[in-house]
Amino acid sequence: MSEEKKAPRKKLAAAADINRFMRDYYLELDAAARAGSPKIAWCTSVGPAEILRALGFLVYFPETHSAMLGATRMATDLIPEANAIGYSPDICSYLTADIGAFLRGVTPLQKAFGIQSIPRPDVLVYNTNQCRDVQDWFVWYGEKFNAPVLGVHTYRGVDEVTDRHIVSIAKQLEALIPPLEKVAGRRFEMEDLRRAVDLSRQCSELWKQILDTAAARPSPITFFDGTTLMGPAVVGRGTPQAVEVYRKLLEELEERIRRREGAVDEERFRIYWDGMPVWGRLSAHAQLFAALHANVLASTYCNSWIFSALDPNDPITSMARAYTELFIVRSDEAKEEYIRRMLSFFQVDGIIYHDAKTCPNNSNCRYGMPQRLEKETGIPSLIINGDLNDLRLISDEQTKTNVEAFIEQLEERRK
Amino acid sequence: MSEEALYVGCDVGSSRTKVAVIDAAGRLRGLAVRKSGTDFAATADGCLTEALAMAGGEPGRIARAVSTGYGRMNVRYAQDQRTEIGCHAGGCYHAFPRAITVIDIGGQDNKVIKLDAAGRRTGFKMNRKCAAGTGAFLEEMAARLDIPLERMNAMAERSADMVRLGSFCTVFSATEVLEHIRHGKKIEDIVKGVFYSMIKRIVEMDSLTAEVVMTGGVVAHNPYLVRMMEELIGRPVLVPPHPQFTGAIGAALYARSGFRES
Ligand code: SF4
Repeated sequence: MSEEKKAPRKKLAAAADINRFMRDYYLELDAAARAGSPKIAWCTSVGPAEILRALGFLVYFPETHSAMLGATRMATDLIPEANAIGYSPDICSYLTADIGAFLRGVTPLQKAFGIQSIPRPDVLVYNTNQCRDVQDWFVWYGEKFNAPVLGVHTYRGVDEVTDRHIVSIAKQLEALIPPLEKVAGRRFEMEDLRRAVDLSRQCSELWKQILDTAAARPSPITFFDGTTLMGPAVVGRGTPQAVEVYRKLLEELEERIRRREGAVDEERFRIYWDGMPVWGRLSAHAQLFAALHANVLASTYCNSWIFSALDPNDPITSMARAYTELFIVRSDEAKEEYIRRMLSFFQVDGIIYHDAKTCPNNSNCRYGMPQRLEKETGIPSLIINGDLNDLRLISDEQTKTNVEAFIEQLEERRK
Repeated sequence: MSEEALYVGCDVGSSRTKVAVIDAAGRLRGLAVRKSGTDFAATADGCLTEALAMAGGEPGRIARAVSTGYGRMNVRYAQDQRTEIGCHAGGCYHAFPRAITVIDIGGQDNKVIKLDAAGRRTGFKMNRKCAAGTGAFLEEMAARLDIPLERMNAMAERSADMVRLGSFCTVFSATEVLEHIRHGKKIEDIVKGVFYSMIKRIVEMDSLTAEVVMTGGVVAHNPYLVRMMEELIGRPVLVPPHPQFTGAIGAALYARSGFRES
């Protein structure tokens, strides 16, 4: 069971299209920022992007930028810059890395696409459905750029999504429109929103089908692939280009299934990942599991950009529902019910919970959930301590030993 | 001396390297321990030579070797590796073949491992990156108190009025220790407080099942920790015959064909 054995990772051809998509996306934003048109709105990753698209904004997502800071391992050096101005090392390391990068005047977009800086916002729009940190983050930039900051304030720990929730969130979404019209310098048209919601829904459906291919044995995709393939689902929803790249990706995955080609050689163990990825360790983790013939094939995280409730016939209300139905907004009962469904759909042998030090919102193992789920389903679980961006909070050796011991445990169960 | 096959387990821990040699019947034939140092491969070689001499065997009789522990990839003569979690579990189950909870106190981490009656692991926990409750914590405290590590057990035993250390963190605990020294507390009462804080850190890692087994170098050298654990949980705690070597013995059992058949 040696981790030194290198397992070759199979690249997806569509990954190149997705890289191109991301490059074009950032270049378009950069050009607009320099020309002053079209207008640019910043949005949280599960914020109301469709309204922004309907008003002609190009939409920039700081979280994706911060994930790039993590993946390029720039984040750890930058976080202290934000700590020094009062943002604790214990809070969201997306926020601290991103603000740190801004203070230092660096961006991973430079090396990746030759872009010198992040695009200046004309407006910033958040939804606290994921956490309060995004609000603090956007308010900081709002002051820096002297741009208005608007927000939707969500419910928390929602058990069942009711009309009361929907009506309140829909009202908040509607209230965003007049100030956004002012910044956009144009009138809001419901037809434009229908179109954006329709495209978003198509993107979401395709993304769901892509992730669902992991139910095949062997799975043609890994969670680690998913974390980079999900770019268009986050930044491109509401655009026709995102729909196009995902059609191609889905075809390729379906072809892999027909050929019974797994993403991991000789897939023996099927693992579900709950929590954030460790961005600076994506390939190391992919390698670690592949060498053990274990495929981490499904996750709560990648599934978070599936918005099945979106409906172009009722855009605002359906947005309110889609952005409230999300896993991260829900009660533990609802979350557990969701994970149970995933475990059986993907025929999972074991669950790994990533307890990310700086993101309690995505760390679901702190209130007894692993123990409850394990008792109910009999599926063993492992908690690994780490972080999304701050590599100072990670012990690679402990992660490796824990993962190897977990796979040994799953192996013993088969004897 | 028959020319039967021998099986070797080598546990390269962060602090000590241990080698165990067993025969086909699972009987222990040789043991050796050394400081791991900085050249893990050389230390593992040295331990093997010593353990083989004790077993009265030649290297040619080694049928298979398995390594484990932090430096498991550095053992030149191992054909395979297993995690220390698997090996400690195996070593303990070999000594106590029934449903058990294994507590291993290592140099840099602690483990709580649960096994069912058939010896299958049902779950495990390793402590986090923090040193609290590990051998490293004990070393730090010995240095603070300016007493040799090997005298701590006897001192703790003598204590009649243990001090309480409330903190989670090694650095904070060290500050607390200084406070107690300043207030003129007896050293043995502070040492017992340090021991108590270690076992508290461990029991909060996971729930314990009926039969608890304690292993590891720290337990081997500080048996009073076991007595304190028994008091804390209110039932007897089992200790295998060679607590420091459980991981190495487990690895040797894996080399032989596994421990569950034993
Ligand atoms: S959900 Fe977590 S990672 Fe995402 S912005 Fe909020 S705190 Fe940061």
